[in-house]
Amino acid sequence: MQFTSISEREKEIVDNFSLFDDWEGKYEYLIDLGKKLEPLDDKYRKEENIIKGCQSTVWLVADYRDGRIFFKADSDAIIVRGLVSMLIEVLSGQTPEDVLSAKMEFIKEIGMMQHLAQTRSNGLVSMIKQMKNYAIAFHSIHS
Amino acid sequence: MEVTKEFDVHEIRQRFPVLTRIVNKKPLIYFDNAATAQKPDVVIDALDYYYKKYNANIHRGIHALAEEATSAYEATRTAVHKFLNSKFREEIIFTSGTTESINLVAYTWARKNIKKGDEIIVSTMEHHSNIVPWQLVCEEKGARLKVIPVNDRGELDMEAYKSLLSEKTKIVSVAHVSNVLGTINPVKEIVKYAHEAGAITLIDGAQSTVHLNIDVQDIDCDFFAFSAHKVYGPGGVGVLYGKKKILEEMPVFKGGGEMISEVTFEKTTYNELPYKFEAGTPNVGDVIVFKRSLEFLEKTGRKNIHKYEQELLKYATGAFKEIEGLRIIGTAKNKTGVISFLLDKIHPQDIGVLLDQQGIAVRTGHHCAQPLMDRFGIKGTARASFAMYNTREEVDRFVVALRKAKKMLQ
Repeated sequence: MQFTSISEREKEIVDNFSLFDDWEGKYEYLIDLGKKLEPLDDKYRKEENIIKGCQSTVWLVADYRDGRIFFKADSDAIIVRGLVSMLIEVLSGQTPEDVLSAKMEFIKEIGMMQHLAQTRSNGLVSMIKQMKNYAIAFHSIHS
Repeated sequence: MEVTKEFDVHEIRQRFPVLTRIVNKKPLIYFDNAATAQKPDVVIDALDYYYKKYNANIHRGIHALAEEATSAYEATRTAVHKFLNSKFREEIIFTSGTTESINLVAYTWARKNIKKGDEIIVSTMEHHSNIVPWQLVCEEKGARLKVIPVNDRGELDMEAYKSLLSEKTKIVSVAHVSNVLGTINPVKEIVKYAHEAGAITLIDGAQSTVHLNIDVQDIDCDFFAFSAHKVYGPGGVGVLYGKKKILEEMPVFKGGGEMISEVTFEKTTYNELPYKFEAGTPNVGDVIVFKRSLEFLEKTGRKNIHKYEQELLKYATGAFKEIEGLRIIGTAKNKTGVISFLLDKIHPQDIGVLLDQQGIAVRTGHHCAQPLMDRFGIKGTARASFAMYNTREEVDRFVVALRKAKKMLQ
């Protein structure tokens, strides 16, 4: 299996977004990503996997195989789902070290920082934090 | 007082500087007035002037600035006293907001008077800040919280309320207007029945004061709480009105300066009303300029504002209903300018994000009223709430923007 680096994946996302010069295009693309994200199996939609936002909910699960972390996630709001889908695209399949050092600058570059600023409303900031927590945990277990 | 001046919304809009803002490349439409109202120029200018010319600590200093600030601060108390038509001026206590006003009563009156087995009545449509302080009292004292149900239109079930009242009821604390539904509750009746049962009453006026004429003597409530920032005033200022006799018998809330009469290490005696509840240095500048917002309201004419807002609500309700799949939560006969809604199965947050992209500010979520959300079997709503400066043109633009959001999300 071939793994592309975080920065390569980020660049791809930024390139995709650069095709749109208006907000409608960007958000339609994001909504489309949200729709395409594979829904999380019901068995994972349990309390312990919930990252609670004040308004929307995110579910996140992680798995560790061959030195890499694989994430799956979902949300009840479609735009958050689109953002979740990008976070997974960038961080899933990376090593714990790479997940930990990822700066996630692409979110700023595609003009979606406001969604990270709404700290309480959508759980995205907590989601990134939780992804990094998984990285710390897997790193300490397997090193 | 008869109002002769015509209500001109375009003239009024010019008095609110923030309304000229461009948000996401579109002229701002501010429909989040139930969260906080924007401020007219007179309020903003007065705050600027206060800090430039007479900032001082009040009541204690003998110098010129302290005297000016003290009399301006006390002038606001007089203005609020008239605004609420309280019997006595000293019945007006300044707090940091509605939440603190309610907590003040819960921590003083309730902790002195509520005993094991007593009951406190609230309603299903309360904001969390009119639920949690009472839950804390109940937990501490072994009292019980009773809840008035609401019907499908979002109105209080008054028959159920009457049957909840008994000699065990000690206080009834309800919202004058629901922050989610806009329902105007029959507070006069609520107070009357509570008094007949021997209970006292607190009316949470956070959402009503900006829209309705308030007369606390007419309502006959024992306490009335509201926040300045929702009444076109500054942040960080709240009011607690309480009947003088009850306030006098109430234990103090916070200890500190100003609230004392004499302090020795053996015993402290407390200052008289209202100062015994205003410990420490208050939010002087904001309290002072709050008078300007009240004057602005009076000058514009409360009747004019009410009439205009009711017409706008009617217009907006009609326009919203034309959007297929839109469901309004809260269809009470008596409402203020608040429209909570759901659109198909779309998550309210998605609606909020796409409206924001079009320069429109609404609130989405549970609006700090989760028990009410449970009552309607929903997790949240999107809420458009209007103020005197909103227009039909804005409602029209909103409808276009909402249709666009709907199309994008389907």
